[in-house]
Amino acid sequence: MPFIPHSEADRKAMLEAIGVRSIEDLFEDVPERVRFPELSLPPGVSEMEVRWELETLAQVNFTTTDGPCFLGAGAYRHFVPAVVDAVLRRGEFYTAYTPYQPEISQGTLQAIFEYQTMICELTGMEVSNASHYDGATATAEAVITALNVHRRKRRKVVLSRYVHPEYREVVRTYTQGMGLEIVEAEEAADLKGLLNGETACLIVQYPDFLGRFEDLTPLAEAAHAVGALFVVVADPIALGLLKPPGEFGADIVVGEGQGMGAGLNFGGPYLGFFATRMKYVRKMAGRLVGQTVDAEGKRGFVLTLSTREQHIRREKATSNICTNQGLVALAAAVYMAALGKCGMRRVAELCYHKAHYAADRIDALKGFTVLRDKPFFKEFVVRCPRPVKEINDFLLDEWGIIGGYDLGRDYPHLENHMLLCVTEMNPREEIDMLVEALGEVGS
Amino acid sequence: MKLDPEARYAKTHEWARWDGDEIVCGITDHAQESLSDIVYVELPEVGDTLEKGDVFGVVESVKAASDLYMPMGGEITAINETLEDAPELINQDPYGEGWMIRFKPSDPAEFDALMDPAEYEAFVAEEEGE
Repeated sequence: MPFIPHSEADRKAMLEAIGVRSIEDLFEDVPERVRFPELSLPPGVSEMEVRWELETLAQVNFTTTDGPCFLGAGAYRHFVPAVVDAVLRRGEFYTAYTPYQPEISQGTLQAIFEYQTMICELTGMEVSNASHYDGATATAEAVITALNVHRRKRRKVVLSRYVHPEYREVVRTYTQGMGLEIVEAEEAADLKGLLNGETACLIVQYPDFLGRFEDLTPLAEAAHAVGALFVVVADPIALGLLKPPGEFGADIVVGEGQGMGAGLNFGGPYLGFFATRMKYVRKMAGRLVGQTVDAEGKRGFVLTLSTREQHIRREKATSNICTNQGLVALAAAVYMAALGKCGMRRVAELCYHKAHYAADRIDALKGFTVLRDKPFFKEFVVRCPRPVKEINDFLLDEWGIIGGYDLGRDYPHLENHMLLCVTEMNPREEIDMLVEALGEVGS
Repeated sequence: MKLDPEARYAKTHEWARWDGDEIVCGITDHAQESLSDIVYVELPEVGDTLEKGDVFGVVESVKAASDLYMPMGGEITAINETLEDAPELINQDPYGEGWMIRFKPSDPAEFDALMDPAEYEAFVAEEEGE
């Protein structure tokens, strides 16, 4: 079998057929100066030299393993037990493609099935798909599901401004050209005021981007009163402790699953989870693995449903997500299984108590005030006496601490406000060090 | 291939039949056989007004999902809600229990433009031959 499929004669025949002289001519629409630019590259070096060069460059970085980190805002540092990688790195789980064929994919399918089952238990929902790329795309898919539930007759989407700013951007990017009216508000009363008979869904985050949580029942009821779906973007780690959104009446629960076994990974790959009610399963994006029995009556797993995908619906597909985040979903499944119900609760409790210890100590510092309008989980907002960037530079340069998220970037009324994140990965000594460092800023 | 002598047929394999001043509509025996086991059907809402050729729903089988097209224009007056839990009725009885929608036609003359059973049979034979 030839590994270069086109011979010179093939290429010539193809070029003749479309009336072009050479392959270079195909690129004539690209401006001359950038078409075939001269690349002034240094002479080649050995593998060993490349490695030294790259290691020297990498040493300039300051990473989360080099010092205490209090940055969260959507990507969280949680402990990854060794068992996660031990299972994840088994060659049997590596595949370039999706497990359509149950005959050869029982292990992968069973892992996805167990992942789905645990996501349902965690969120309090009835059905979970096999996963999406990340929390942001899962949120956008929730919007599209809501539109399809209303047969695309409703065009309005109400978004809490305390849904992750990047998720809100992705929702807009994903749905551009669909003629939607996407409106935002900050407080529950204002969100309710935006709901009407045109609203396909109301989306809130739990805990919200500022780390706060509250009883979502009134918002769920308000959404349902106008026939809109209630979508909750949730932190799965928080769900180890907090009431699951399903119990508040959520119709769709999505979120970022990175915190469960995936590490920060310099921003990716991450994991979007998506769970909903059985009555919406036909409108759900992605795919679903189900348990069945084979011809001999033995338990087995298959791809049960993928109603919106291209390989079933062809050009009528309403989702381009024709894959799932297999390995990262597997990591989450192993993480949830390894920790169990008690372990998940313990992690959440550690986050909660450490964050509250940190908040109490910082609140006592001169110049700093912790916002306490609502209960918070592992993140909280601190009003600072100086610009957040200045404080973060000071923390990093003088103390080797990675500080918090500058909320002024996304919320003008929160200029000089920092979002701090504390997880089970921050020992008390690190928190005390942060308090001491901030004390120097305030004095 | 079973045919309903009373019905008229569209090239997209839907049938239409008068019942009083309304049209009852479903997919043909040939269509259900080509799709094989039907697992889900999505139907419009009562009150929807659709033109001839508009998509009124989706039928999904173990093999594929296909759109359903209005053989004539009209306003939907009823849908067969039993299909939600028993889509297999379409396989078992496509011209009877497996009906999908009823509608009030906006232009009754569109009925005459559809194929009669003999024409449809010839059309299917021709399509199969391709």
